[in-house]
Amino acid sequence: MRSRPPGDPYASPYLAGVGIGVVLTVAYVIMGHGVGVSGALTSVVGTAAMAASTAPTSPAWDGYATPGVSGLLGDWFVVEVIGITVGGLASAALAGRLRVETERGQGVGVSRRLAFALCGGAIMGIGARLAKGCTSGQALTGGSLLSVGSWIFIASAFAAAYLAAPLVRREWR
Amino acid sequence: MSAPLYDTGALSPGGGLAVALAVGLAFGFLLERAGLGSARKLSAQFQLTDFTVLRVMFTAIATASLGVFWLSRFGVLDLARVYVPETYLLPQLAGGVVFGAGFVIAGLCPGTACVSAATGRRDGMAVVGGLLLGILAYGTAHLMVERFASSTPRGTFTLPQLIGVSHGATLLILILLALAAFRGAEWLESRRAPSA
Repeated sequence: MRSRPPGDPYASPYLAGVGIGVVLTVAYVIMGHGVGVSGALTSVVGTAAMAASTAPTSPAWDGYATPGVSGLLGDWFVVEVIGITVGGLASAALAGRLRVETERGQGVGVSRRLAFALCGGAIMGIGARLAKGCTSGQALTGGSLLSVGSWIFIASAFAAAYLAAPLVRREWR
Repeated sequence: MSAPLYDTGALSPGGGLAVALAVGLAFGFLLERAGLGSARKLSAQFQLTDFTVLRVMFTAIATASLGVFWLSRFGVLDLARVYVPETYLLPQLAGGVVFGAGFVIAGLCPGTACVSAATGRRDGMAVVGGLLLGILAYGTAHLMVERFASSTPRGTFTLPQLIGVSHGATLLILILLALAAFRGAEWLESRRAPSA
């Protein structure tokens, strides 16, 4: 079994959790709304789909698609996701954790892991659109604002994940 | 009541985008600090061997919900002007099930996939690619799922309204649940201590 991953040890999860809670609170106080990731990805997909399509509008992208790349860079959530990416990169660089690799279980090939990642991502994308948010917009934001629908999402997402977990157990041995 | 600041006009749209960048930077930094850019670590949550995901999420939710409660109690934040994600009972139940299944197959959620990809992990990049494809597929099938997706709407519907207790009492229950979950996590981790 591999011992510890390379780089500095991770921070306390409680400390990181308090930090994320403070970031959310700051967002409520300044902006009046929380964070989100799947909505920003919807803006990117919608903008690309609208640019590629001859149809003038599609109701699927209402409220998400923007007129071109310049519009995307004026979208609060798209800019926030750019921040998430750069922030993650900065933290990993400072901790010596930056490396090009495919994280996978022992005995699992790279292509198998990437296929699971791609398919799992696609299924999550569909689920996030149906639920109108993901772990950021529903679980963290809606959860902390005590939205009933967000807590339904948290409960059903974790229940489904635990039910499906034994099926993918050997992917991470 | 002066907050939220943005809709009082105290902040220009450009200022709002600067806040978006700062919020994202801090959020992504903290996710990576806790190890949540690693699919191995997130998957361990579902194999019951490492409860970092539970600890980070529940602590963040408790902290932010307490922050909102006290800022509103002290008259700093007008809670009525904070956007609470609206409730759609069945779509969020079904969406959660689909999302959870995808989450455990992918090993990462959308935000953590962005962090994983940013730190050089190809599996993180593949999850982001999959998310874009799934969102495109959903948008293409929009007319077929639209009726279900907008069914059982309940508007802004919060837990205190559902269970009929005060905002403060709801938070007390939430925090007691979090503490119980942390104790349970410690117990499970000690039972399944890694053999290496």
